[in-house]
Amino acid sequence: MIRFVLSRFVYMVLTMAAVSVVAFVLIQLPPGDFADSYANKRQQAGAPITTEELDNMRHQLGIDRPWYVQYGSWVSAMVLEGDMGYSWEWRRPVADVIGDRLPLTLALAFTTLFLMYLIAIPIGIYSAVRQYSITDHIFSTLGYVGLATPNFLLALILMYLGQKWFGQSVGGLFSPEYQDAPWSWGRVVNLIEHLWVPVIVLGTSGTAYLIRTVRASTLDELDKMYVMAARAGGLSPMRLLLKYPVRMALNPIVATLGWRLTYVISGAPIVGVVMSLPDTGPLFLHALLNQDMYLAGGMVLIYCAFTIIGTFISDLLLILVDPRIRMQGAS
Amino acid sequence: MATQWQLMWWKFKKHYMALVGVIMLSLLVFLSVFAEFLSPEVPSGRNNSYLASGPMGIHFFDADWNFHLRPFVYSRTTERDPVTLRKLAIVDESVLWPIEFFAKGDSYKFWGLFETNVHLFQANSGFVHLFGTDSLGRDVFSRTLYATRISLSVGLVGVTFAFILGAIIGGIAGYFGGLVDNVIMRVIEFIRSIPTLPLWLALSAALPREWSSLQVYLAITVILAMVGWTHLARTVRSKLLALREEDFTVAARLSGCTDMRIILRHLLPAFMSYMIVDVTIAFPEILLAETSLSFLGLGLREPAESWGVLLFAAQNVRSISHMPWLLIPGLFIVIAVLAFNFVGDGMRDAADPYSK
Repeated sequence: MIRFVLSRFVYMVLTMAAVSVVAFVLIQLPPGDFADSYANKRQQAGAPITTEELDNMRHQLGIDRPWYVQYGSWVSAMVLEGDMGYSWEWRRPVADVIGDRLPLTLALAFTTLFLMYLIAIPIGIYSAVRQYSITDHIFSTLGYVGLATPNFLLALILMYLGQKWFGQSVGGLFSPEYQDAPWSWGRVVNLIEHLWVPVIVLGTSGTAYLIRTVRASTLDELDKMYVMAARAGGLSPMRLLLKYPVRMALNPIVATLGWRLTYVISGAPIVGVVMSLPDTGPLFLHALLNQDMYLAGGMVLIYCAFTIIGTFISDLLLILVDPRIRMQGAS
Repeated sequence: MATQWQLMWWKFKKHYMALVGVIMLSLLVFLSVFAEFLSPEVPSGRNNSYLASGPMGIHFFDADWNFHLRPFVYSRTTERDPVTLRKLAIVDESVLWPIEFFAKGDSYKFWGLFETNVHLFQANSGFVHLFGTDSLGRDVFSRTLYATRISLSVGLVGVTFAFILGAIIGGIAGYFGGLVDNVIMRVIEFIRSIPTLPLWLALSAALPREWSSLQVYLAITVILAMVGWTHLARTVRSKLLALREEDFTVAARLSGCTDMRIILRHLLPAFMSYMIVDVTIAFPEILLAETSLSFLGLGLREPAESWGVLLFAAQNVRSISHMPWLLIPGLFIVIAVLAFNFVGDGMRDAADPYSK
């Protein structure tokens, strides 16, 4: 078991290293660099800067060095000092810029993930046990529609309805009076009041998918001989259901928790942009459009890191849930 | 005796929803193929007397309940709002604009080949905007039809790229096995652990701004395919690994078939159906991805129009509350994805016709 944990851990670290290279390459990809886009802006503003100034700027920012040198200093500073570079757009360290907004993204992602499982697992099991009942059909239909609606479209529709029925904007995470207020109990309550819309938007298709998976895997288990044997042995139906088929059916659900997290994190930027949430979504999009390289790279890295850590956690959870892995020496 | 494909078709037919999906898809394909002819306007055409105004209903009965065999729309007159000075279109029920079929309108090049000006329907005494107009006075209905063509084709091209990549890479992994297989599988696992949307966003932000819309179109499809192929590759690999050990493969090898013949004659037909299923499932993913990218302004851009590009105009609460009909293209996305999911479900059950 320890070897299993260790091997997964080593794998996680290796993946992180690979992701950091990808993040860096991605950021290097756009033709031109920040100096170019800055020069462009100045040009449009009617105050072009000279080539010499441009070169100076490049040198100052360190973007005239070869990419591997830049990569090396980026990674070493990050690992050793927690310094993720400097955001030229915001004129602040990247770690600070991201740090301001990351808690909201995380709150959103984890609330969504938690509610997704909380809702999907009972519904999935119920639909499997009462297969082809009206409830099952209703949830299947809802699930199909939920899977087919893009997140941002759902956000737009909810915003439209909110505007029409409640006459208020459902965008943002705080009411105006709490916008810049320091953290207090009232602000937390206000946040929760606003959080449900983005949570619905982010979670709907994931919940739909999970319900289908839980339903399918429970159905597979219900047909097995051991269930019949247990039933013949006189176990009460509820107890039997929870103790055997459901427990088996939860394995694939737990094993893919990392992917679900990836999914929620993936969807977060677009929802953030549409609903103008003060989280990392608009920040990321803005950084990409302006080629604010270290900020965009940092964001890609952080998004990836969460999914990789999520996968690691789901591996660990699998040990708890699945005795076959727990008993086995190494995988 | 029924062939494998016949068995599949019989099994597929039992799936009621899958058949509905096929019909919906055929309709969408029909709309996109004949987009120019079916739409009353050219997508760039502007109607200055009907800016940012709502859908116009087609009627058979007029205000006095008189029946008209030829459908009509009520005419619109333009007035200025006394406060905001914005142009307003007012419904005038006394004047009717009859709908004419196969009527002459703006000229266009059908499939880019021959020039004509015949549209399926027009209201030549005025105008007809089934889904309303956007803030520039462009017909949302016509633009949605044109967008259907582009969106579906992005999906098609993207899926084709993904299919080729997946088949080749998965084939290599499954055929050679061992170290090669191991490396490829690790790479696939790695790609799948990267959150897709940020990756897509970063990649498309890297495209040069000065590219033509055709170049951007191709680049976007390649970007979408680069993430989409992993699923296909896994299917191909696992099927190849399983089929390699089957009796019929051994028999073919013993009777002296070449490797190439075994792959093409014996293995490929056996897992072709699984690949088709995967393609059907990959299609809506690519469709949704393209829509999301374009919606954020990082995918296709005007003058190319896809569903996402159209929804780009509906990005903030203010424009949706003024012009909710701009969300209609979103309905098409939902319908298309639903249809693909239905068909995919039916195909998954039919792919293995020999199971119970």
